[in-house]
Amino acid sequence: MDRFVWTSGLLEINETLVIQQRGVRIYDGEEKIKFDAGTLLLSTHRLIWRDQKNHECCMAIPLSHIVFIEEQAAGIGKSAKIVVHLHPAHPTKEPGPFQSSKNSYIKLSFKEHGQIEFYRRLSEEMTQRRWENIPVSQSIQTNRGPQPGRVRAVGIVGIERKLEEKRKETDKNISEAFEDLSKLMIKAKEMVELSKSIANKIKEKQGDITEDETIRFKSYLLSMGIANPVTRETYGSGTQYHMQLAKQLAGILQVPLELLSPEDLVNACKMLEALKLPLRLRVFDSGVMVIELQSHKEEEMVASALETVSEKGSLTSEEFAKLVGMSVLLAKERLLLAEKMGHLCRDDSVEGLRFYPNLFMTQS
Amino acid sequence: MAMSFEWPWQYRFPPFFTLQPNVDTRQKQLAAWCSLVLSFCRLHKQSSMTVMEAQESPLFNNVKLQRKLPVESIQIVLEELRKKGNLEWLDKNKSSFLIMWRRPEEWGKLIYQWVSRSGQNNSVFTLYELTNGEDTEDEEFHGLDEATLLRALQALQQEHKAEIITVSDGRGVKFF
Repeated sequence: MDRFVWTSGLLEINETLVIQQRGVRIYDGEEKIKFDAGTLLLSTHRLIWRDQKNHECCMAIPLSHIVFIEEQAAGIGKSAKIVVHLHPAHPTKEPGPFQSSKNSYIKLSFKEHGQIEFYRRLSEEMTQRRWENIPVSQSIQTNRGPQPGRVRAVGIVGIERKLEEKRKETDKNISEAFEDLSKLMIKAKEMVELSKSIANKIKEKQGDITEDETIRFKSYLLSMGIANPVTRETYGSGTQYHMQLAKQLAGILQVPLELLSPEDLVNACKMLEALKLPLRLRVFDSGVMVIELQSHKEEEMVASALETVSEKGSLTSEEFAKLVGMSVLLAKERLLLAEKMGHLCRDDSVEGLRFYPNLFMTQS
Repeated sequence: MAMSFEWPWQYRFPPFFTLQPNVDTRQKQLAAWCSLVLSFCRLHKQSSMTVMEAQESPLFNNVKLQRKLPVESIQIVLEELRKKGNLEWLDKNKSSFLIMWRRPEEWGKLIYQWVSRSGQNNSVFTLYELTNGEDTEDEEFHGLDEATLLRALQALQQEHKAEIITVSDGRGVKFF
């Protein structure tokens, strides 16, 4: 079934209709698939199937793809069939209903009869091979179908379109955004110029974006951690970049960073410990991630948390955060860790979540 | 209904009414709950209960503290008691249960000990005689509810120490 391509169903110039038959169901090998009621058309060049209920659902196979055909007589409760054996799909075949199939044949089931005549005509076309002598336009192969809805952008045109869409969505000027990032990146000036040039070209429709420019542009995007929308390549120089960033982070943590994607920040932080930097990334059970000094011992902090809670009898995360002078998120993580270690227990009610010293363990 | 029942310290500890996520802590918590349920039922001579009654009972609902053990947690406590042999569900829907502060086997043992002590092996008793007769007035099992008594005797039956029989106006038991 992966040999079929979507088509408009319209015949090309020089392509002639030979015969058509309603009520035909297609099988992928021996398997029933959803294309159960359609009109089958035989032309000088193709076998076309169009869904009776949804005329937009229309697909075709060039006759040149057929190796040979067989008849399968009708039986009790079974319609007569034609088995069509096919050559393997061409690698650059246009989109069709199936990307792949384990079968190299399909079956056409004639639920409203007509199999005998159709088989006769199809055999005739297979013998005469009129398609070899009558050229038709290439577009016979390239019409797109109604499904699946995603437009596959190929080549430079696709990149252009995506760029234009992105530009419209964001308020910021592309070159302004890249100028901010250039503080972190080597070769930033060059990239800024490139992006300006591309932005201008799209805006003023001046000339073509050269392939070289596109490649350079894509590689800059990748190295900044922006996933390539067209080909989804994995980060080429990304790892290098994250390592650089990790080193810089350790030094400049106090300086507010202007523009940095969260993904990049996290990836850089994951490298901190490996690079033996004085900071490390810590992930709590809840998934919360924090950066802490290597010298920090959260477990020791827990002991002091227990003291604080005991002094006050019980505390919520907010109360604890205020007392100790830390963020509520981190305060909660510390209390949860203390609970995990058995030092605290919880009281969860409509009044909120409070932590108490774990008297269950300390009192008999 | 307070009586002279002494609530354990946990009853006044708010976390007691929240099922603890820490496994070790939970173990201690559940043990305390089981203990409380059994002593409460013993004092109040309550041998059976419905889950709905339990939810509203002061046992699981400390009005003064403004804390109640949620019904899912009550179910967990009851399941613990069942596993320990102190509880038996009386219906398929698990809406009412028999609560035995002493396990049937333990009751069986006590009863049999009395039977042997008083040289009454091979005697026959009605169930009523055992729990309400003059002879057993000083015994712990005096006043025991019939459901628990029956299970105690069934336990003895398993050990071939007794046999539950039918007598003129109900059931009885023969001891060996």
